[in-house]
Amino acid sequence: MTTRIGVVRFPGSNCEDETIAAVERAGASGVLLDYRATSLDSVDAVLLPGGFSYGDYLRSGAIARFAPVMDAVRAHAEAGGVVIGICNGFQIACEAGLLPGALLRNAQQRFTSRPVDVRIERTDTACTSGFTVGDLIRIPVAHGEGRYVADADTLDRLEGDGLVVMRYVQEVGADAPHNPNGSARDIAGICNEAGNVVGFMPHPERLADAVLGSDAGHRVFTSLVDRLGAAVPA
Amino acid sequence: MNFRVHVRVIPRPGLLDPQGQAVEHALGSLGFAGVRSVRVGKAIEFAIDARSADEARAAARAMCDRLLANPVTEDYAIEVDA
Repeated sequence: MTTRIGVVRFPGSNCEDETIAAVERAGASGVLLDYRATSLDSVDAVLLPGGFSYGDYLRSGAIARFAPVMDAVRAHAEAGGVVIGICNGFQIACEAGLLPGALLRNAQQRFTSRPVDVRIERTDTACTSGFTVGDLIRIPVAHGEGRYVADADTLDRLEGDGLVVMRYVQEVGADAPHNPNGSARDIAGICNEAGNVVGFMPHPERLADAVLGSDAGHRVFTSLVDRLGAAVPA
Repeated sequence: MNFRVHVRVIPRPGLLDPQGQAVEHALGSLGFAGVRSVRVGKAIEFAIDARSADEARAAARAMCDRLLANPVTEDYAIEVDA
């Protein structure tokens, strides 16, 4: 049975097509989910894609979190189902309370679109299961509001409980700052206590095919598909 | 009764506010000396039908807690005019 991965399209999402392409390239079936849907169409996992849902009005993700589909996404997460938020999807997951903290305007006051080097810090989440701790991948970021913040207690808990999934690191010979947004403790991505909800700012789906010069992001999706395939009864 | 509600949402003290920093720098460039601690937030206004100012204020507080402000990063203040 083919693994089915849902990708939600909110008004203003703009990464849903390449996210579906990346999922399908990894061997799963990609299912586009409308933001007005009240069920998740029996998908095995949900991806909240990048973009500018609802124009980023008020705060990034603040309005999307109340979209009708989010009730089903929340129920899926609470039942232990896998939910992955990429960029705007990470912002939505934080606003929805599925992940702690918030994402604020980049410290350097500019929208930043460039490759970053990210270290995989945790490999038992669905989307990092194919990595080894310490693996570096170079994938793009493209955001104006990616500075992760949380209170000191929350940050200590994230570190202490191993909930940091991806961290920005300095690559050898780099001339740009390694941290593209001023994120606390160089955090690029986190997961919840149960590990089934993951959010990160970089865009693996934008670099998941060697024809683009690198497929460094592809393994995020093969990890996800392999993990879900192992869990889905044949 | 109809009330006019003014909500002010401000980034919490201690959090870096790049917009506030940029505005502070610009004010300094224009010769406004001695300006410090600039923070940029949002003002949200709306009209609401309610039985009393207290009821309008309670509704506005619920709106702030659910949508208008992020409890992780922002504080808010509410004013209600008859």
